[in-house]
Amino acid sequence: MELDIVELSRLQFAMTAMYHFLFVPLTLGLSILVAIMETVYVMTNRPIWRQMTKFWGTLFGINFVLGVATGITMEFQFGMNWSYYSHYVGDIFGAPLAIEGLMAFFLEATFVGLFFFGWDKLSKVGHLVVAWLVAIGSNFSALWILIANGWMQNPVGAEFNPLSMRMEMTSFFDVVFNEVAQAKFVHTVSAGYVTASVFVLGVSAWYLLKNRHVELARRSITVAAAFGLMSAFSVVILGDESGYSTTHSQKMKLAAIEAMWHTEPAPAAFTLVGFPDDEARETHYAVHLPYAMGLIGTRSLTEEVPGIAELVENAEARIKTGILAYDALMDIQALRGAPVPPELRARFEEHSADLGFAFLLKRYVDDPRDATDTQIAIAANDTVPKVWPLFWAFRLMVGLGFGFIATMAYFFYMASFRGMQFPRPALRLAVIMIPAPWIAAELGWFVAEFGRQPWTVDGVLPTALSVSHLSVTELLITLAGFVTFYTVLFVIEMGLMLKYIRKGPYMDVDETDVWTKRHVARLGQANATPAE
Amino acid sequence: MILHELIDIEILRVIWWALLGVLLIGFALTDGFDMGVGVLIPFVGKTDVERRIAINTIGPVWEGNQVWFILGGGAIFAAWPPLYAVSFSGFYLAMFVVLSALIVRPVAFKYRSKREDPVWRNTWDWALFVGGAVPALIFGVAVGNVLQGVPFHLTDSLMPMYDGTFYGKFLGLLNPFALLAGVVSLSMLIMHGAAWLSLKAEDPIKARARSIGTVSGIVAFAAYALAGLWLAFGIDGYAFAGNVITDGPSNPLFSDVIKGDSWLTAYATRPWIVVAPIMGFAGIGLAVLGLRAGREVSTLLFSKMGITGIISSVGLTMFPFILPSSKDPHSSLTVWDSSSSQQTLFVMLICALIFMPLILAYTAWVYKVLWGKVTEADVTENSHSVY
Repeated sequence: MELDIVELSRLQFAMTAMYHFLFVPLTLGLSILVAIMETVYVMTNRPIWRQMTKFWGTLFGINFVLGVATGITMEFQFGMNWSYYSHYVGDIFGAPLAIEGLMAFFLEATFVGLFFFGWDKLSKVGHLVVAWLVAIGSNFSALWILIANGWMQNPVGAEFNPLSMRMEMTSFFDVVFNEVAQAKFVHTVSAGYVTASVFVLGVSAWYLLKNRHVELARRSITVAAAFGLMSAFSVVILGDESGYSTTHSQKMKLAAIEAMWHTEPAPAAFTLVGFPDDEARETHYAVHLPYAMGLIGTRSLTEEVPGIAELVENAEARIKTGILAYDALMDIQALRGAPVPPELRARFEEHSADLGFAFLLKRYVDDPRDATDTQIAIAANDTVPKVWPLFWAFRLMVGLGFGFIATMAYFFYMASFRGMQFPRPALRLAVIMIPAPWIAAELGWFVAEFGRQPWTVDGVLPTALSVSHLSVTELLITLAGFVTFYTVLFVIEMGLMLKYIRKGPYMDVDETDVWTKRHVARLGQANATPAE
Repeated sequence: MILHELIDIEILRVIWWALLGVLLIGFALTDGFDMGVGVLIPFVGKTDVERRIAINTIGPVWEGNQVWFILGGGAIFAAWPPLYAVSFSGFYLAMFVVLSALIVRPVAFKYRSKREDPVWRNTWDWALFVGGAVPALIFGVAVGNVLQGVPFHLTDSLMPMYDGTFYGKFLGLLNPFALLAGVVSLSMLIMHGAAWLSLKAEDPIKARARSIGTVSGIVAFAAYALAGLWLAFGIDGYAFAGNVITDGPSNPLFSDVIKGDSWLTAYATRPWIVVAPIMGFAGIGLAVLGLRAGREVSTLLFSKMGITGIISSVGLTMFPFILPSSKDPHSSLTVWDSSSSQQTLFVMLICALIFMPLILAYTAWVYKVLWGKVTEADVTENSHSVY
């Protein structure tokens, strides 16, 4: 493949976003687990829970900082590499990003410092409140980011303004309560909770195998298994909800995930496994589950789930009407800001919903109005993302999801009803499972983003048109820079993580008692001489 | 929703122009001293304990402070999408350098104390230096370039394009006036960091910070004055050629812009804006005196006043221009033609009105909890919980 600006920009975005998401899920889940542990500490006053809070808190901190550092790139990358995208949809897409900063990121970042530095400076309840504020801040962050991403999948509450040549918001309410965004939010934070639960479970299992920190490990497993079981159910159920809303908004993505080459009579069968062939547009050795696709996708026995061939025909028709919208748009542009005659505006608005489809032709011809029928057919075919990677990524993710439910259910049962006597093979399995939720999360993002191609904003703006006017040299420099940089940081991060896991909790119970006495004395002092 | 029509778009545009200034100033006032301290660390701390004291003065707060920068980025995206699109892709490699520095910085804070090894710690100290110095310098350089105009133009479909070779595009940013602006911002933030250290640390760190801070305050004062003279005599400003439509659609190509007289003619048409440079000079001057006299709280306040004055003087002088184009003045971005839609500006304003007071309140509370000097005992007794 020739390295052009579009491919390099995509590669860079994929790399930096997936790297960022190595840290995010653990932050989302571990912030809550740590806050739960501290809550138990404050309620029971037992030092072991404080020790747990501090130990998992340290690991949380090592992970959190890289989430923050790599998040900086995400916030600015749209403007750097995707400047036409930024201009075209900034009116809608920028708002949730800014609100994320105002409402969530400020909260978590301001209090995370106090979480680590405030043990001696705050009362017990005060510090607990800080821990929860960090957790709430992190999770609200995810909400707004997924509202932004949900809009790219299902661009509601906006319309094209031919005078400012961009999409503009018509309903903030629709953007926020976009069904895709809401389903994705719960699905994503649940995935984060599963990640943290699997992490805590695995590390604790390792301690039990080594017969170290047994008290801390057993209690941690109890918390992680209960929280993890709940979250694993939630991630699968909300994933299904996500699939249901995708049926309405992104039919092509759904068809590609399921390798549904043709519309089938309702209720369609679900292809359990098989080998999708993108060239021949058929699936070899497919194993079908009758009715299941129709039920998952439409929750009915009579509604049809459209197949790829029919969706391509549909795209071709929309490209043709899109050209009419484009023609009207060019006439409006020629007026250079002079008032637009109502009949011209009406001519534009009649077809403006398909304007984005006309832009698909820009890869092949400068002016979409000059496109030949062959070019239109090729552009319509472009709306099909590559099927086999989506097909397999999706199945692997779902398989892992069910695996998490089984693991968590098992450990929950053993912890609650079998006196925490975990057999060694089960503990080993828990250690081996540690990377699994990360794999599932990255696969999930791959399905969501790769499945949206060739669009950055589904049906509105093609990826090929979204990039900045940059040189290949510039992109290669930043790409090489990020790769080097991120690799070094990753090695350091993993090294520190392992070091601190091997080291274990640094404070034993005696030390905690000493600490408690000093803490009480300090607070006493503070009360006697109030701060200046 | 008709609610958003309660406020005229031109008023919303001015409010968001002012809020953009508030965010930039908020960033400079808070994260500014973090960057200043970062630059100072290798010089004010001779031993590991001294350096740890310096780092721990900002340890609990840098993370929150940095959000001003992230929020600044988000707010530009939401309220001024063309500015976000044109500036970050135009200053592409400079942005990459800033991002790299800002990625290294959090990691350095967090990871420095995780190993005892002196080489490890010394490396991260210099990473903190770079993480402070590079963004502080480049932000100033960027402002210096904005004042001269940036070589971009917009196509009919409003795609930002850049002219010149690759090297010209990056190295062209480093012209003499822009570097002078970089000196202003770097030296003023070093002074700000020194003012912070003199409040939060004890001797000998405090003494060293005071003497470096005094020198950089004087440099900032002189460089700011020189930049003002340069603007008066050596650099063309920009102006509207015809009628200005303040409530039209956000399309920069609809307004006519030409290269005009000096930017400083604004002081003739809007004399009241002279308040800003006066605040700048007075604040820096008084902060220098405060550093010499060893005053703590008032020095930090004067330093804040000086920074506020300097940053607002740039915005007020250029108003209504945000990002002029030197190549094609016609494409210049102004307050009247580069904003978001009325709906978005209104919604964002409501969010800002709800959350900004909350942010200020809890940030103030956090600073209150952390009030007081960071002492040697603080860092040696709590090696597990501090940096």
